[in-house]
Amino acid sequence: MSEIDLATVPVRTLNELLHRLPADSNDLLWRVINPRGAHAVAAGLTVPVQIEIDGHVGYYCAGMNERATVIVHGHAGTGLAENIMSGVVRVTGNASQSAAASGRGGLVVIEGDASARCGISMKGVDIVVGGSIGHMSAFMGQAGNLVVCGDAGADLGDSLYEAEIFVAGAVTSLGADCVEKDMTDAHRARVAALLARAGIAADAAGFRRYGSARKLYHFHVDHADAY
Amino acid sequence: MCGIVGLFFKQDRPGQQLGRLLAGMLAEMSERGPDSTGFAVYGDGAPDGAAKASLYSADPNIDWTEVEIALGAAFPLAAPTRVLGSHAVFVLRAGETALRDWLAVNLPSVRVFGFGARIEVFKDVGLPASVTQRYGLDARHGSHALGHTRMATESAVTTEHSHPFSTGVDLCLVHNGSLSNHNRLRRNLAREGVRFATDNDSEVAAGYLSHRMRQGASLREALEAGLTDLDGFYTFAVGTRDGFAILRDAIACKPAVLGETDDWVAMATEYRAIATLPGAERAVIWEPRPATVYHWQRH
Repeated sequence: MSEIDLATVPVRTLNELLHRLPADSNDLLWRVINPRGAHAVAAGLTVPVQIEIDGHVGYYCAGMNERATVIVHGHAGTGLAENIMSGVVRVTGNASQSAAASGRGGLVVIEGDASARCGISMKGVDIVVGGSIGHMSAFMGQAGNLVVCGDAGADLGDSLYEAEIFVAGAVTSLGADCVEKDMTDAHRARVAALLARAGIAADAAGFRRYGSARKLYHFHVDHADAY
Repeated sequence: MCGIVGLFFKQDRPGQQLGRLLAGMLAEMSERGPDSTGFAVYGDGAPDGAAKASLYSADPNIDWTEVEIALGAAFPLAAPTRVLGSHAVFVLRAGETALRDWLAVNLPSVRVFGFGARIEVFKDVGLPASVTQRYGLDARHGSHALGHTRMATESAVTTEHSHPFSTGVDLCLVHNGSLSNHNRLRRNLAREGVRFATDNDSEVAAGYLSHRMRQGASLREALEAGLTDLDGFYTFAVGTRDGFAILRDAIACKPAVLGETDDWVAMATEYRAIATLPGAERAVIWEPRPATVYHWQRH
């Protein structure tokens, strides 16, 4: 295992070391200490290594992640795992706004709460939040699943495309064109599988499903005069 | 951009180094606001019936001794004057309005950056490391302090455009964000008698809060009214005689993080500023909710 102390090594050096790893690297486990809110820790990884970060990170941690597993033992600032392509990003504490923004794939697990705009413009990423999420989450979400064990803030799923949202707790309000939909056995099985992958203990039976009413993003001939 | 930091000790303990800790927090926010730096420190109170006036002159050749003689003739001085660069702190027996009125007539180039029993305000163009050293922040003691690093977006980079802005007796405001209705609001407030020194949007927010409180609103009520009347993006931190308050707008795209231990409450734009404090790794860390007033004060 390699250990990097960010009290003495700049983030840029850490990231360069990680970016230079060959696809078949044997250096599979890394530990990062003293992040002290630094930005872009372990961003842009492309190889299947595991990075354990002890402490709170700043903005854009594990951004653009591909194949790697990044675990933050602490809280994360704005833009955790933004544009994640694949792999797993886990935070044991809370995440600030825009977690997993624009994510294309992979799994993002936030064991605590996520604040505003969680999963904004999500494009295929799966997000599991152990606590609650803030307002405007999954705004314009196109694909993927957002699973929330706690509550959701105002305007959930505004202008939603085909991302699917599952919430166990209360939803303050739904955004434009977001509606509650039937929760079938297939949906419960999907939520159960995501919770199991995330390692979060919650009963899939307690979730409600929200999705797009598909009225905003289809051209409607009655609106032709508006253009 | 811009960076905000605040530090509040829950109780006095020997060895607390308020100024040194705030300077460290400000330095961490350098990249967020390299244009100017400012801070307000709430330290020892002025003698009974007197107030501390933090004054600034844009004239680098100002003779503060002459100002002291003139001011002293108008208002009794209650303690020696301290001069620091372009700033001077006078301790005098005067009301805020009387002092401002007197300065407007007799020394129109001198500005009041802070006024009250405990507050002292210093702000200037430059990076935190340079400004905090210039004004001796490291050596300052007190119960709480606020600081700001500015990346200007809507008005000029000058000392007067820097934060904090005075919002009344022992009150000041720092702001991260931008207001979109500040011109109309400034005109409306000016009609009500509120004076402005710059075209800065944050100064309008400060003037707005002062005006509301002069009309009888509490700080919390004034901030909550601002949720309706101030259009734009903001995280505000307001320093009060005994504590400080935080408010983010309803959209809350301007960041803020709070930290609390048994000894202190800290507020910052980013966690890395809080990470510089003793015990930060054991602090409870959370993000303030949108459109919610948070207020700490000593009881």
